Amino acid sequence: MTEVPISWFLTLSAVLFVLGVAGFLFRRNIITVFMSIELMLNAVNLTFITFSYQLKRVNGHLFAFFVMVVAAAEAAVGLAIILTIFKNRGTLNIDDVDSMKN
Amino acid sequence: MLIDTVLFYMFAALVLGGGVLTITRRNAVHSAISLIVSLLGVAGLYLLQQAEFLFAVQIVLYVGGIMVLFLFVIMLVNLDLAAKERQFNKQWLVALAAVAAVAAEIGYFIYRGKDAFHIAEPATMALAPPALGNTEMLADTLFSEYLLPFEIASILLLVAVVGAVVMAKKRI
Amino acid sequence: MPASFTSAADLIRLLPEIILTVMGTFLMVLDPILHKRSSRAFGHLSILALAGGIGGSVYAYAHAGPAFGGMLMVDGFATFFRVLVMVVGILTVLPSYRFLNRQDAETSEYHALLLFSIAGQCLMAAANELIIVFIGLEISSIASYVLAGYLRDDKRANEASLKYFLLGSFATAFFLYGVALIYGSTGSVNLIAVRAAISGQNAPEPVFLGLAAALMFVGLGFKVSAAPFQIWAPDVYQGAPTPVAAFLSAGPKAAAFAVFLRIFMTAFEPIGGGWEPLVWISALLSMTIGNFAALLQSNVKRMLAYSSIAHAGYVLVALTARSETGTAAAMFYLAAYALMNIGAFAVVSHLSGRGERYQNIDDLAGLGQKQPLTAAMLAIFLLSLIGVPLTGGFFGKFYIFKAALDSHLYWLAVLGLLNSAVAAYYYLRILVMMYMHEPGEAVEAVEPLSLGLRAALILPAMGTLFLGIFPAWVLDFAGKSAALVK
Repeated sequence: MTEVPISWFLTLSAVLFVLGVAGFLFRRNIITVFMSIELMLNAVNLTFITFSYQLKRVNGHLFAFFVMVVAAAEAAVGLAIILTIFKNRGTLNIDDVDSMKN
Repeated sequence: MLIDTVLFYMFAALVLGGGVLTITRRNAVHSAISLIVSLLGVAGLYLLQQAEFLFAVQIVLYVGGIMVLFLFVIMLVNLDLAAKERQFNKQWLVALAAVAAVAAEIGYFIYRGKDAFHIAEPATMALAPPALGNTEMLADTLFSEYLLPFEIASILLLVAVVGAVVMAKKRI
Repeated sequence: MPASFTSAADLIRLLPEIILTVMGTFLMVLDPILHKRSSRAFGHLSILALAGGIGGSVYAYAHAGPAFGGMLMVDGFATFFRVLVMVVGILTVLPSYRFLNRQDAETSEYHALLLFSIAGQCLMAAANELIIVFIGLEISSIASYVLAGYLRDDKRANEASLKYFLLGSFATAFFLYGVALIYGSTGSVNLIAVRAAISGQNAPEPVFLGLAAALMFVGLGFKVSAAPFQIWAPDVYQGAPTPVAAFLSAGPKAAAFAVFLRIFMTAFEPIGGGWEPLVWISALLSMTIGNFAALLQSNVKRMLAYSSIAHAGYVLVALTARSETGTAAAMFYLAAYALMNIGAFAVVSHLSGRGERYQNIDDLAGLGQKQPLTAAMLAIFLLSLIGVPLTGGFFGKFYIFKAALDSHLYWLAVLGLLNSAVAAYYYLRILVMMYMHEPGEAVEAVEPLSLGLRAALILPAMGTLFLGIFPAWVLDFAGKSAALVK
């Protein structure tokens, strides 16, 4: 049984989540933007595990497990989409992939 | 125990350091490596909270699977030019406001401390097993109570496979 | 824990999802046998699967009740949305025949992904536990990301797919964070248990729950394209293949609203006073931004995208009412909206030609002379979108504003009505273009209606008129189902 208070873990995951949000909003490279989403998902998983440990219930672990499965599925499809973009445009700068305006 | 606290600080430093580097590095490969460091830190924190199975899954699936896929794609695309360009978005003021809002919201709860989190009543110790992250127990729950999500997760993976093939195959 | 957890009744209640998934897989197995010789068969089989799914959900409704230990809740509400998304599916397949043929892109994967996406939406409609909501949402979303970029060599489709994917995943992360906080503060993710914990003696701190609700609101707000999370919608609808855009504007949106209603009207109902202002603001912003931006558009798909943002705003007005009449009004409106919107997109799909060249409002000039049937159907859809009596859109708006007034939301109702008046302008502009101008290049080049397109126009038009003339049929069912299990 670890003595580290639960709020430290929760704070850490909150900070990690905010880092992910910041990366998503600030960065222009599509792959980095996508990696920011992975940071956010990891923050969520850490929250699940922390609560699960605190509640002494195992289902939080399973939720984190499902989040990972979804992250893997998202990564496969997302990277395929990113590759098509690169093939058609030769760039991965998010501002250059913005052709539809009136 | 002191050792737990020390380990927590160590892993937290990995998580945050890796995270900050991920979103600031110019070179996408560096970003990906930093993300791996961050993910390993998260794995360490899982271990600290008796989630041995997820610790293993985090390393095998996340670091070994997803991140390798990322690196693979980064190597496939030529990002030399991108590294020389401006890295941050034009609307950084808007973005900064949004981040500040999220950070302030969450900061409030940190400020309120433990009371604010108000954790639900934990199950009684009699029910709680000694090792929470025990793989056997996880499997028991997964294949009984959580059978439906497990099954529909397979549809999700099927969709991902079909989707990736559609995006990647030679001609439609 | 019993040894065999799954009973026959559980499987019956899951029947629509099972039918759709099995048929989707079957389509892909059939691909090597059928390909090139009769690729239209994929479309026929999809329609068969969706019709089977509708039958399945009606059968499941006859055995209504919770399934899989309370993870699914098959009730009238779930059945309503299951049938709705499958009808949307059929109306997406119908114009797809011609569209895919024209783009030379007929594959089994298109139809399989469509079926999987709808299966995910059916799960969302019936989900009573946040983890099922999440996985259903992801099945629906991942399939939609790929469908939006299905024409891989089209740069606009690429862009649509990327934006949809990035913002969709971003939204999912917010939603999940909300789920994690709910799990921590109530110890459960089952909506009924969450409600019990929130309204119980040892209730979690309200601000904490507020944060969880706000995070989930952000996530779902993205999915239903409510302001201020609407930025992706115009680009995605414009770039995606037109039948897919039609699908995205109706199916995933209806399913996301189903989840929205179920979560906020059961689990979070005890803290309703807390989230009401949030939804109030979002509803007003969605209506205003959607309608005023739509005024400025020259591309029809983009205009319909902004109008769909505005319509999401109207549904949010019904949610703000926080009453069973509000829920019933939202259900009715979503059904009417799905029919009229998907019909309008079908006309665009018909008109746009190879490579989707003709998408501008000017391109509709003279359609009334050249193809009176198409023009008449589009006129019905547009009048319904405006909310003219005798159409489904009229009663939809009527019930929503009535529910808002019953809940003393006078300002919101007045502002919503003003918004509807603004909206009339841009819909009428299309009507004028169709009937008061000489045929242009696009209309001269238009092909005759195929059987599939004819059905894709006439069926939703009939549905729209039916909802406008006999609204009680659907409204009664919605009213009965709106009392969600708590």
